[in-house]
Amino acid sequence: MMHRFANPTRFMRVANAVLPWCAAVTAVLLLAGLYLALLRSPADYQQGETVRIMYVHVPAAWMSMFVYANMAVASAVGLIWKHPLADMIARASAPIGACFTFITLVSGSLWGQPMWGTWWVWDARLTSVLILFFLYLGYIALVNAFDDPARGAKPAAILALVGAVNLPIIKFSVDWWNTLHQPASVVRMEGPAIHPSMLWPLLLMAVAFTLFYVVVGIVRLRSEIAAARIRNLQLGMTHG
Amino acid sequence: MTEYLAMGGYAAFIWPTYAVAAVLLTGLLVLSLRTMRQRESLVDSLRRDRGQRRAASTQILEAET
Repeated sequence: MMHRFANPTRFMRVANAVLPWCAAVTAVLLLAGLYLALLRSPADYQQGETVRIMYVHVPAAWMSMFVYANMAVASAVGLIWKHPLADMIARASAPIGACFTFITLVSGSLWGQPMWGTWWVWDARLTSVLILFFLYLGYIALVNAFDDPARGAKPAAILALVGAVNLPIIKFSVDWWNTLHQPASVVRMEGPAIHPSMLWPLLLMAVAFTLFYVVVGIVRLRSEIAAARIRNLQLGMTHG
Repeated sequence: MTEYLAMGGYAAFIWPTYAVAAVLLTGLLVLSLRTMRQRESLVDSLRRDRGQRRAASTQILEAET
């Protein structure tokens, strides 16, 4: 099964077939999510209208970690089985994860100012997410430092794997340390502590963001494959 | 409408959140699509060049023999 999809040509045939469907579903879910988030969901009894920041902030924060986890797994596969497609998936993911992390930080800041009275605090949750952002930037810089990305694959994969230590720190930072940030209210043992009128737009936005990652990921993966082909063709021209 | 846009006095925090997300995600999508199209068309033109050079070199070989 793994090997069937590990072939770039076959993988891309499947990816291109699902791409338009994913794009269409992303658009529909995004519109539905925005409609519920901005027009139908109620204001919070404590936070008022600012609760609407949650529908961007929380899905973006989930994605910032999900994309990194994906990158780390792909990097491990690339390191162990030396599969070029795995390295390409990691490289294609990094800018998407960086974008989601930046959105998390900015929307968090815009939520913190009215609710906590400050744009930023150096507490465990905020600082560990800032480190995640720098890990993405460092990874992108490292990959771009090599003319041939295949040569940079190993150090980049090691950086991605070492950085994965940060993921559990982010997740549990609100339990391990005193923080202004509230603890988990959706993904927790007792079930979500949030009313369905707010949970639905949140989940719709989260699925839309995930599918957006799939869509842009496939597009960027095709770019990576094309770049590798360009390098091979140009090598063939100078030597043949 | 004005009351809705005011967002209970929090307009300055809520709308920028949605704007930043929209601009960044749209920008990322547009840039990614543009890079993909540029590279894929370069692959096509390089392949065409190679095909033409191969055809040319076989013609030369045939003329020599």
